[in-house]
Amino acid sequence: MSTHPAQDGPLGHGILLLELDGAGSHPAAWRVSRTAPAAVLGPEHLRGAVLAAESAGFHAVTFSDPGLPDPGHPDAAARLNALQRAAFAGPVTRSLALIPEVDTVYTEPFHIATQLASLDYVSGGRAGWLVAASPSAADAAAVGRDTVRGDRLSREAADSIEVSRRLWDSWEDDAVIRDVPTGRYLDVDKLHYIDAENSSYSVKGPSIIPRPPQGQLPVLAPAGLLPPEAIAAGAADALLVSAPTPELLAAELAATRAGLAAGGNGPALIAELDVVLDSRGQAAAERLAGLNGHTAWQSPRARFIGSAAGLTELLTEVLAWADGVRLHPAVLDTDLEELTQLVLPELRRRGLLAPTIPDATFRDQLGLARPASRYAAAPSAPGAEN
Amino acid sequence: MSHSTHPAAEFTPSGQLQLGVFFQGVNSGTVWKTAESGSQTDFESFRRVAQTAERGLFAAFFLGEGLRLREHLGRPHALDVAGRPDAQTALAALAAVTTRIGLVATQNTTYNDPADLAHRLSTLDLLSGGRAAWNIVTTDNAWTGANFRRGGYLDHADRYTHAEAFVETAKRIWDAWEDGAVAGSASAERWSAEGAVRRVRHTGRHYTVDVTPRLPRSAQYRPVLFQAGDSPEGRDFAARQADVIFSAHPQLDDALEFRRDIVERTLRAGRGAQDVKIMPASEFILAATPREALEKKAWVRSLQIGPQQAIAYLEQFWGRELQGYDPDGPLPDIDPVVEETSETRGSGFHGAKARQLADQWRAEAKEKGLSICQFVSAKTSRGDSTFTGSYTEVADRLSEYARTGAVDGFNISPWLIPSGLDDIVNHLVPELQERGVYPTEYAGSTLRENLGLATPVRANPGVAVEAGAGAGIEAAGAGGAGADAGSVTARA
Repeated sequence: MSTHPAQDGPLGHGILLLELDGAGSHPAAWRVSRTAPAAVLGPEHLRGAVLAAESAGFHAVTFSDPGLPDPGHPDAAARLNALQRAAFAGPVTRSLALIPEVDTVYTEPFHIATQLASLDYVSGGRAGWLVAASPSAADAAAVGRDTVRGDRLSREAADSIEVSRRLWDSWEDDAVIRDVPTGRYLDVDKLHYIDAENSSYSVKGPSIIPRPPQGQLPVLAPAGLLPPEAIAAGAADALLVSAPTPELLAAELAATRAGLAAGGNGPALIAELDVVLDSRGQAAAERLAGLNGHTAWQSPRARFIGSAAGLTELLTEVLAWADGVRLHPAVLDTDLEELTQLVLPELRRRGLLAPTIPDATFRDQLGLARPASRYAAAPSAPGAEN
Repeated sequence: MSHSTHPAAEFTPSGQLQLGVFFQGVNSGTVWKTAESGSQTDFESFRRVAQTAERGLFAAFFLGEGLRLREHLGRPHALDVAGRPDAQTALAALAAVTTRIGLVATQNTTYNDPADLAHRLSTLDLLSGGRAAWNIVTTDNAWTGANFRRGGYLDHADRYTHAEAFVETAKRIWDAWEDGAVAGSASAERWSAEGAVRRVRHTGRHYTVDVTPRLPRSAQYRPVLFQAGDSPEGRDFAARQADVIFSAHPQLDDALEFRRDIVERTLRAGRGAQDVKIMPASEFILAATPREALEKKAWVRSLQIGPQQAIAYLEQFWGRELQGYDPDGPLPDIDPVVEETSETRGSGFHGAKARQLADQWRAEAKEKGLSICQFVSAKTSRGDSTFTGSYTEVADRLSEYARTGAVDGFNISPWLIPSGLDDIVNHLVPELQERGVYPTEYAGSTLRENLGLATPVRANPGVAVEAGAGAGIEAAGAGGAGADAGSVTARA
């Protein structure tokens, strides 16, 4: 994003993202959800959830992929693949950006790139990618690999993003020519080997699918995951910023902004916030205590516990520093109802939110232009280079 | 043939046919040189084909898998349709806009991980209400491996042992949750019943898996398995593991012989004669009258194989550029390049056999007086898998397949996207229904029900996961993995 409201004002460009996992972000959410436990894995729950988020006026939903749960824990729930949930939501929605969390360590970069490009097609250009780098030993064991830690995680994430970005560009926009006189369906000069090589693997390319509708999908990453040089090189379009408390969010956003290379088009900053709201005569703190009685809600994010009016004030403040906020509702159906009825309408009335436009791309929402393929200016064809 | 009306004594024909559609997305059979030809990539094409198929009560919608863009003489192949999306991503989206049709993803066992692939197929199965299937394929070459972390690690000879261990691991992952394991209501003590989820371990030559599966069984228990291998090894693999064979034998005599062979192999594998369904790949060129159908066929063929395609076809076998040759003239007089290089990978034929084949083809073309175009058109006519004729004519022919039990149905590759199923659904399906050989409604809501497949036997269990257990469980898991590897070896 080229500007941010803290410097430029006036407001009115903020985007709101909603995390849609399971019955809610609190591990014990299923115990108070109106959705039966097994129904969380079915199509009707997902359809209802994305339609509710869209009609509430959210700009985007994220689909977390929390990895393998500790199966012995009483609140350990089954999980659907994040990217496929996003794909299912594609034809069901019109304006909502769909952002699956996809791991970069134990996955094949070629598969990720083509799956995400395909998601962009089935959603008409509304796909994004929330990059994850799993530190989990269970995820490593599932695919028979050694656990990756520390700097290697950053490296894997940056390498995988680089492969995807090159593959998305590997078909120039007009590579499909359908030229009947010459019998050519493709213009081979507009297809490119990517020859990506890093310390762990190489990927030849080109992709198997044409350039996605957005050209490049917006890439979101938790602040601190990617190496600074990757951020400076444009690996991420948005960073997710967390702080221990709501009061510290503004300072953390300012610090993250200051840490980015000065000038130019830095990534957008999206604040992370857990949310528990007063609902149906029950105080938020009371609701949370009830849920925590089963399993404590541990998260690295700031948490708002209180009234819809209080949250509206907090979001007004945070949106002065951030380009957007991702909300993690403790219990999806309870907290989404409060957000829909009371919080989003007021934020919109205050002019803090960007409009939601049917058929707009996720890049449009972020104010990002559609980039040309990095290979578009290449003078020679891939075959000629070899 | 004595067996022509009785493919096998133990086998009882159902008298019914099913249809599937294979949206290929990459091939020379899909016509793109007409105004009616739509996008091979945009979701609307997939939606249109799938919804038309569902209107025609098709059992299944198939997608292929792309691992590397096809090449021709060392560069991407330019003349055919290309650019298909990832199969499971497209199918997950289609799950939202269809209600009954099966969703079949072709996925290879070489460049996927068992735990990840099984999890994604489970997701598709749950999101579609029990309509997912996996068309199992193997690949081994380093050319494909160049797009993947592991590169070309697998020997050709190992591909079925590798695939079989993969499939057995996937089945154990799908069967890891006890039925009824998930809490029935919010008031339950636990989300999943204690000890109702088994940990799955496999230690093999090519990969190691140690996973607690994340998803319970679906409405059809687990995804339906399709398999297309045609070698004796591939057929035995299918007879042991698959629910449906996507066969290459659509001609009636050939199909009956294939059925007999598969029934034998299935019985030998300890399964029932009806347990493995057969659906050959096929193409349909239909019209109101036989004459119109033949005219249509000539038109379709001319669009499938033009002069550039004819030259390119020979170049695949010659391994060299033949652009100087006249498509309307005789076959090239120069010899093929005989060695296999990375640049010719994906081509049709290599080595000394290429020269022999070229000699043979030149003689054949000369004897019949065929030009390059005419020769290639004859070679690639797909005669074996094409049903051409009027709706009633073809319906009569298909009824014979139903009566004899030669096949359980056909998997149709439309030559036009997205409208290529319209005449089949509008005209052929009603003719088949009138003859009593095609369903008039979906039998159920799952693919397994619609294909008439039995509930699968639960795979050999792994280790039940205990509350609070970390990585400590050892003995039973190791035993399970050993037994698994042993059974694969014994069968190979």
